[in-house]
Amino acid sequence: MSFPFNLKTFTGTIVRTLGATAIALTVAWPAAAAVDIQEVRSDSGVTAWLVEDYTIPMIAINFAFEGGATQDPDGKGGLVNLMSALFDEGAGDLESNDYQEALDNAGAEMSFNATTDALYGSMRLLSDNKDEALRLLALAVNEPRFDETPVERMRQQILTGIRASSRDPQRQGMRQFSRTLYGDHPYALEREGTEETITVVTPDDLRAAHGDLLAKSNLHVAVVGAIDAETLKADLDRIFGDLPDEARLKDIARVEPKLGEEVLYEFALPQSTLQLVYPGIERDDPEFFAAYLMNHIFGGGTFSSRLFNEVRETRGLTYGIGSWLQGREYSNSLAISTSTRADQVTQALDVIRQEVAKFIAEGPTEEELAKAKTYVIGAYAINNLDSSASIARTLLELQRDDLGIDYIETRVDQIESVTLDEVRASAQRLLSAEPSLLVIGPGARETDTGNDAAAGEGETDSSN
Amino acid sequence: MHLMPAAMARGLAGTAIGLALLSGAASAQDRNATPVENEIADFTLDNGLEVVVIPDRRAPVVTHMLWFKVGSADEEPGKSGIAHFLEHLMFKGTDKYPQGEFSTRIAEVGGRENAFTSYDYTAYFQQIAPEHLETMMEFEADRMTGLVLTDAVVDPEREVVIEERNSRIETQPNSILSESVNATLYQNHGYGVPIIGWMHEIEKLNRADALEFYQRYYAPNNAVLVVAGDVDVEEVRELATEHYGAIPANPELGARARTEEPPQRTARTVTYRDERVTVPGYSKSWVVPSYSTAEDGEAEVLDLLSEILGGGIRSRLYQSLVVEQGIASSAGSYFRGTSLDATVFGVYGAPRGEATLEDVEAAADAEIRKIAEEGVTAEELEAAKNRYLRSIIFARDDQSGMANMYGAALTTGSTVADVEAWPERIRAVEADAIKAAAARYLDQNRSVTGYLLPQEEGRS
Repeated sequence: MSFPFNLKTFTGTIVRTLGATAIALTVAWPAAAAVDIQEVRSDSGVTAWLVEDYTIPMIAINFAFEGGATQDPDGKGGLVNLMSALFDEGAGDLESNDYQEALDNAGAEMSFNATTDALYGSMRLLSDNKDEALRLLALAVNEPRFDETPVERMRQQILTGIRASSRDPQRQGMRQFSRTLYGDHPYALEREGTEETITVVTPDDLRAAHGDLLAKSNLHVAVVGAIDAETLKADLDRIFGDLPDEARLKDIARVEPKLGEEVLYEFALPQSTLQLVYPGIERDDPEFFAAYLMNHIFGGGTFSSRLFNEVRETRGLTYGIGSWLQGREYSNSLAISTSTRADQVTQALDVIRQEVAKFIAEGPTEEELAKAKTYVIGAYAINNLDSSASIARTLLELQRDDLGIDYIETRVDQIESVTLDEVRASAQRLLSAEPSLLVIGPGARETDTGNDAAAGEGETDSSN
Repeated sequence: MHLMPAAMARGLAGTAIGLALLSGAASAQDRNATPVENEIADFTLDNGLEVVVIPDRRAPVVTHMLWFKVGSADEEPGKSGIAHFLEHLMFKGTDKYPQGEFSTRIAEVGGRENAFTSYDYTAYFQQIAPEHLETMMEFEADRMTGLVLTDAVVDPEREVVIEERNSRIETQPNSILSESVNATLYQNHGYGVPIIGWMHEIEKLNRADALEFYQRYYAPNNAVLVVAGDVDVEEVRELATEHYGAIPANPELGARARTEEPPQRTARTVTYRDERVTVPGYSKSWVVPSYSTAEDGEAEVLDLLSEILGGGIRSRLYQSLVVEQGIASSAGSYFRGTSLDATVFGVYGAPRGEATLEDVEAAADAEIRKIAEEGVTAEELEAAKNRYLRSIIFARDDQSGMANMYGAALTTGSTVADVEAWPERIRAVEADAIKAAAARYLDQNRSVTGYLLPQEEGRS
């Protein structure tokens, strides 16, 4: 939606930092707090993790099919994203309007969305109306209609979105950066596709992709709320039991982001955006938690990291700075991002590079590591378990990452056992590489001279 | 400016329900009575600090929020941005706990913290495990009156706020426009000034300005403490009395004095062109009563009007402009009911395909006229009410959302009783009232229309 008003809770409210949004992208599984998770397996072989809770008469169900936008057929980029917009546009014998009306009457809220790696769906519903709500969910999952009219409408809306961002420097700069980092891998492409590719997708293509992607073999389910295991078993079969056993997914190659590249996207803006990309780490790497703690100390902690202290708190160079480990199905990276007045780009980059060099050379202190551990252990409940909806999302991601049903307990030991030497080694392993750099802003081209501060400043004085 | 893909636009539209809900929703359910240990408690300490406790014992998490009844609309002329600047400076430490100590302590226990500023309130919060609640109170009470500021910390923070303004406004075409629409809509009231402040005034804010604002407004008799989550009411009462109870009230604190708006008598347009814009968009805004200023029940009527007219995919604007006529990529409306003074009702839209912005605006105007002339059906009113009522049940799932709802209501002139009676008042709204409100308030001749347009050909 283009228009301009913040429809969030606090319309017009501004918060102290935006940092938390970036950090949420990590595979952060902070720990602790007893959650009683049951594994429920239905007769047809669908497995779900369940947390029973009757405090509120509602049920949250979240599920994911592995294989998101990376599964777009060649030349039809944006198909999976388009499909995700069509699950409430008619299913079974209910056309779009009838379906939406039935859903509304059932008191349920349903949503689907596609990321690069998965197709997600969720529903929250009132337990009084459970059967009707889940009947409609089952219809959407199994028999989406993909009628010509809604397909065309959603296509037009997506096309409008693509056109609307065609001169947005942030979006176009990121796009160019992704192409530089990932070459001809699907991660170089945008989820929405392009005008050309989204235009050629037909309803039959959508039906074919639906048949290939939605199956039991690539499905994970998490349920939280007022429902017991026996009832859920039957409901799981009703919703997912008729799906094919095996998904037909195409193989996607692993890819590491290309390093040492620079993308300088020039645009007359009062503030430049910077991003640096380093190598990342696999979620199942034995050194994962060392890297996770390392990142937390260096740039992950919202108001406590070294980057926050040096770039924002001490020098006032930025409003937001952070680093995060990005773990995707086929690629990993560690990224740092910030924004600063155009004439301070060189200075900000210098400070970041100095901090990187210092961190590689000296590593964190014992005290920093100890604090990071208590944070990362203690923050788990707060960040992941404070509502039914967030518990359901958390349980879904635990399954997607194959972390085991006892992970919430075992991670505490895994974190505790990380040593200072391991964190130092992790800093050396990930941050020693020459990162790829993105600069979006005026005089972006001057920044690649590194220490030549005068060039950057001369370029933008007049615009301030 | 981004036109979001459909699914996202719907998601956003969906939050309009949340918005209205926040205008004052309640936990009381007749379908499932709240157990006694989960009943919301409300009491006031001797020094005037109001305390609201919202028990939710499902997870070992507590949300601790301190809200001050002061926001950007309380600023003196020429000092725009001081409420928000002070909010940043509140993290700079006290004599007892020097800079960074509070944040360090929160981080050590795995807690989350932040603060935010709006037109009518400024709030500080932490989310922590229950055993750390007392520590949070100790720190938060200390900085209510103990803040120490030096130029050495104030000066770099001013640069941070300037960067924040750059991020939020200067680099965002839609923000540049909406800032100007607000300044045009409000002719005399502080809601016309951006919360973050005008750049030229932010640049001049200093330590003395911040301290003056702080000493005037930060006092227990100008604050509301909201504690939600895994807590016991009596325990919170004891802790709050111990840590906040000793802070003296500020006897100088008067009633909140705001400049009043003169009548709206004109139709105004604000146009912003930007080379980044490729798909145009528009908004139309009106000054309307808020929950605080409305006659009995009228704000509830405006909430339902907004829901029926443009709250999500079942609304008239979406169904007519996006689905049936196929001329818009987005269309909706909103009502910002949680506001101390007269507030904003807005409608927005953007075209798709061959349709023009004028087509979209004309079609939206026609939908408004239709409600003003013919009213709404019993079925759509019932469906809209049900959406609000179920959103109250879903809201109970989120302790920080509940804390936010009560904090915002109580700092904008509502009471806990108002919030709890809200579902009943929503149920009581009749169809005729919706028609009357549309006719009375959504008058084209007293609106501000904002246009976000591409750069004209031949210019750059």
